[in-house]
Amino acid sequence: MENRLRLLRAERSWSQQDLAERLEVSRQSVNAIETGKYDPSLPLAFRIAELFELPIEEIFVSPSRRSSKAI
Amino acid sequence: MTAGAMRSSAWKRYNWRVIWLSLLYCFFLLPAVYGFKHQLIPDGLKYLIAVLPALPVVGLFAAMGRYLVEEQDEYVRMLRVREMLWAMGFTMSCATIWGFLDNFGLVGHVDGYWIVVLWYFGQALGALVNKLTLGASTC
Repeated sequence: MENRLRLLRAERSWSQQDLAERLEVSRQSVNAIETGKYDPSLPLAFRIAELFELPIEEIFVSPSRRSSKAI
Repeated sequence: MTAGAMRSSAWKRYNWRVIWLSLLYCFFLLPAVYGFKHQLIPDGLKYLIAVLPALPVVGLFAAMGRYLVEEQDEYVRMLRVREMLWAMGFTMSCATIWGFLDNFGLVGHVDGYWIVVLWYFGQALGALVNKLTLGASTC
């Protein structure tokens, strides 16, 4: 799933490890989510949203919305 | 992905369980082999002594299940589950194919406990698939 995680992290000058520690996951998880290789569960997506103090849809791009734009 | 980063506390606990179960396996197996070889085991205990070395191996599978319950990192857990699914598919496929070949007398009979060895080989195969498809491996 496309997302703005890398950008949001960069804005705060956090490394992947910093973000991983804040989310209590492995750095590999952060990397997999950032690169769109792994879609986080809803609880983890909420943790990410709460950490950045943003709604989930401002971090993750809805696949259906993305495909409708393409049409 | 480095292997070190994959070592969660759940994974460390799993490894300790594997070490203890392996020691228990040796503890049961060596006397059983010696006892059967030298015909020291009374008839009434033969089934029990023969099954005892299998129990720690069964415990290895229980330890895998426990690990999946305890692993807090959902991405790492997904990688492990993928490895286990590959291991299951690989093992079942090999056992089925060999079973038919054996049934038609084309290959020799293989002891059932080799299934466990195949399982671990299948897990390594799953880790390789994770590496190739996701760029991530738990090995």
